[in-house]
Amino acid sequence: MPEVFSSVLARDLKLASRRRIDALLPLAFFIVAISLFPLGVGPEPGMLRDMAPGVVWVCALLASMLSVGSLFAGDHADGSLEQMLLAPQSAMALAAAKCTAHWLVTGLPLIVATPLVGLLFDMSGPALAALVAGLVLGTPILSLLGALGAALTLGLRSGGMLLILIVLPLAIPALIFGAGAVGTIEAGMSASGHFSLLGALLITTAIGVPPAIAAALRISTE
Amino acid sequence: MNLQGLRLYTFAAPSRFYWLTGWLIPLCWLVCLGFAAAGLYIGFFVAPTDATQGDAYRIIFIHVPTAWMSMVLYLVMAFWAGIGWAFNARMASMLARAIAPTGAMFTFLALWTGAIWGKPTWGTWWVWDARLTTELILLFLYLGYIALINAIDDQRRADQAGALLALVGSVNVPIIYFSVKWWNTLHQGASVSVTKGSSMASTMLLAMLLMAIACWAYAFAVVFMRARALTIERESHAGWVAELVQRRIAR
Repeated sequence: MPEVFSSVLARDLKLASRRRIDALLPLAFFIVAISLFPLGVGPEPGMLRDMAPGVVWVCALLASMLSVGSLFAGDHADGSLEQMLLAPQSAMALAAAKCTAHWLVTGLPLIVATPLVGLLFDMSGPALAALVAGLVLGTPILSLLGALGAALTLGLRSGGMLLILIVLPLAIPALIFGAGAVGTIEAGMSASGHFSLLGALLITTAIGVPPAIAAALRISTE
Repeated sequence: MNLQGLRLYTFAAPSRFYWLTGWLIPLCWLVCLGFAAAGLYIGFFVAPTDATQGDAYRIIFIHVPTAWMSMVLYLVMAFWAGIGWAFNARMASMLARAIAPTGAMFTFLALWTGAIWGKPTWGTWWVWDARLTTELILLFLYLGYIALINAIDDQRRADQAGALLALVGSVNVPIIYFSVKWWNTLHQGASVSVTKGSSMASTMLLAMLLMAIACWAYAFAVVFMRARALTIERESHAGWVAELVQRRIAR
């Protein structure tokens, strides 16, 4: 199982490094979408500061969902996905490796870019730290849930929109706790409860979702 | 129809299910109409006017039963979808597929009647209360399920993928409810709450229970009708469907 995980992960990272522009598109989407909000609601700093965590989280959610569609699509199109599933090695390890690769390629750059966004929205230091910490715990959840949606909608017409429709309701708890942590910090309270719950969500999804992805892949390629 | 040796799974066979529901559907409609008439009469004419809310509260005789149904039907749908997936039972998958639109309809109705109730009582159509928000998310879950099973052309794959999604969704509903509740208390402080302290007059409770039974009967009737249509469509290659059609034509 560890060999499958590491080799699939290495392969996906290598594929991503060969198509750097593709890999950077979610990050570009994230920043462009975020910078639309001040233009839409006005440049008043107080309001922007209040909105920032929610805006960052929603844009991270959308960036993950828009990019996760291609997670299995390439391997499905050339038939290698079926071969991987036919192999005696665990399909769960494959699913976990794919999710990890997606997080490293998509989730991590978003987290790195978040301090920059915090400056645009005039966020305070502690609030920004809480936002980044929430994203560190939360973006893997988004990758896992997104991968489940991608496995279910594999090869369907209008798969992208469908994926967003079925995954977004499931991702709401992560959004609430991630954005809520910043709110409690700004209100002068401890956010440890939020982080504990986000961590619990991460552990639950990390354990429960890879088997579901493996089952979904088998359903979709049958 | 020979019913010797009736077993738990006797009516899992589409032909027997079709036969059974042919009998049950008129019965369900009868129960539905009878109980709805009684419930609405008691609710709108017999039950006393509420001291604080006036007559506006009477919408709850529709609102509460539909809200109950919306939640129960999601679990029932996930249950049958799961059975259909695990045991490869065709009828269970068809039942799950037949339940989804009715569940979504009840969810929408619960939200809509809630808004109608909220306007005179709270002075607003919508508040981001924990229950309202969860109900809205439940509607999204139903819509996602319906969209997914309709987007997949292959029947078997559609049933199984839908089952997986419904099961994941049913695990998520309590998590969503508690997270929304916490979010709500953090953001809104002392806002309006759906829970009322006072106990209900017994006529109100009676009307609500009668309406709940009517809603159950309606759900059964509509789900059976939809499942029958699905059965005919999917089993069109089977001998008993051909016989059925022959008999219809002869008549």
